Amino acid sequence: MKEKILSKHFVLENFYKIDVYLQKKGYQAVKKALNEKTPENILEEVKAANLRGRGGAGFPAGVKWSFVPQQVDKPKYLCVNADEGEPGTFKDRYIMSHDPHLLLEGIIITSYCVGIHTAFIYIRGEYEAVALRLEKAISEAYKNGFLGKNILESGFDLDVYVHRGAGAYICGEETALLESLEGKRGNPRLKPPFPASIGLFQSPTVINNVETLSNIPSIILKGAKWFCKKGLPEDGGTRIFGVSGMVKKPGIYELSIGTNLKDIIFKHAKGMAEGKKLKAVIPGGLSAPILKADEIDIKMDFDSLVNANSMLGSAAIVVIDEDTSILDVLKVVTRFYSHESCGQCTPCRIGSSWINKIVRRICDGKGKNGDIDNIIRLASNILGNTLCPLGDAAAMPILAIIKKFREEIESYVSN
Amino acid sequence: MSPEFSDKTKKKLEEIISRYSRKEAAILPVLHLTQKEFGCISVEEEKLVAELLDIKPIQVREVATFYTMLNQMPVGKYYIQVCSNLSCSLLGAESLIDYLTEKIGIKPGETTQDNKFTLSTVECLGACEMAPCMMINFDYHGNLDKKKIDKILEGLK
Repeated sequence: MKEKILSKHFVLENFYKIDVYLQKKGYQAVKKALNEKTPENILEEVKAANLRGRGGAGFPAGVKWSFVPQQVDKPKYLCVNADEGEPGTFKDRYIMSHDPHLLLEGIIITSYCVGIHTAFIYIRGEYEAVALRLEKAISEAYKNGFLGKNILESGFDLDVYVHRGAGAYICGEETALLESLEGKRGNPRLKPPFPASIGLFQSPTVINNVETLSNIPSIILKGAKWFCKKGLPEDGGTRIFGVSGMVKKPGIYELSIGTNLKDIIFKHAKGMAEGKKLKAVIPGGLSAPILKADEIDIKMDFDSLVNANSMLGSAAIVVIDEDTSILDVLKVVTRFYSHESCGQCTPCRIGSSWINKIVRRICDGKGKNGDIDNIIRLASNILGNTLCPLGDAAAMPILAIIKKFREEIESYVSN
Repeated sequence: MSPEFSDKTKKKLEEIISRYSRKEAAILPVLHLTQKEFGCISVEEEKLVAELLDIKPIQVREVATFYTMLNQMPVGKYYIQVCSNLSCSLLGAESLIDYLTEKIGIKPGETTQDNKFTLSTVECLGACEMAPCMMINFDYHGNLDKKKIDKILEGLK
């Protein structure tokens, strides 16, 4: 792909500083949006761009914004989901570290479009250095008149704050994020009501991922048609694919949506490290059901992966080699979800820890007949029976690993 | 003696609390600052934060015990957290944890007697491209091997 949307400036030194950003024609999108466009124009453009959420669920951003009621007597909020907890995912860290003003432009335009005057960036607690960089960028934006009162004399006001989480995967789930931001434990809420009508402090709230919002400036500058052409007609733009695991060149690769997974691993990430053979790939963060080596000739877009019974999720690709025991993968997966279950719904709380105990026992060489069927039974009872998607996110990868590698796991149980 | 915030922290706390339409929403940033100042969130700090935010100490505990980065007990001067999630474990995180255990003489979850090190494993740190990785206090260290760990530890006085 010739021109990148999000990562083209990542290589430039000091691009995170506003002087450098402005030299490279930064804040043009905000100027265009606030001076030349109405909120209605912007909403139509973003809808037409078919920008789907980059956090994992893939919900169209413009449609999400349109759910926010226009006439309310309460303040509306924007919550930027920068929790980035899905294992394998590190793309938002790159955006926020290298191009924080791009994200701020996205925040300003989105807020202007929806009629929001307060935005919170909820960033995972471990990213302390990134949070400091964001705070610096925000204060630069205030000084240059892009935040605060009467931005660019448009009459539009906006305040942006950084809010650090404190180590809880569940807070990446949008309603848990709201609870956490309100100063509570991160227990997800029952939906409906959806955050667009009742969200932060009981007010209408838009929640978008960092990468989603960072696409907004170029949609404003270059238009929806251009954006769609960068990806697929119904799934516009690029994705920042994060490749990790047993590859020669792990890292981020911004490519068109729909790029072949095989090409991402073997062309862009330069293939397997240490001459190893490919065993399996997790295509969209730890929650995405695993693909076997012969299943990776696949387009990386939301629909193609759903058709393959997996998901694009956060587009985090984890590459597993043949020397890795699938039981070790299962151990990590089950430990993670039993650790991160918030404990609110019984099937997830009990199921995830029970499965983890069985897997640990198999790892200790004490597997019993019926263990695998028990894991399947427990995981199937989590699926669809919890308030939030963490339950499904725990059950799906476990069921897929067992379905696709049952023989190998059985060999560990019987030995 | 019950703990008290320094004047500098007090000023910062006031500014943070003013960002939210409800005071208690400031609890996570307040707890981060509290932990930075006093080392952990024990019963005394719970009371202090509760008073500041006009809530009950039990509400502070509810929050403090939910989030893994908030410590109820003090940790060592250097808090080493090694990622043991998938990308890191594929590239040998487990053997590095064993190596650290051998080298510092403590298991994950323990603190050395001189309070210099606390070792723990942690779920994904969001730095998978530099797996295996770890965090010492808030500094990330990636592409680790035994040699690199030796060098990093030598630099910690």
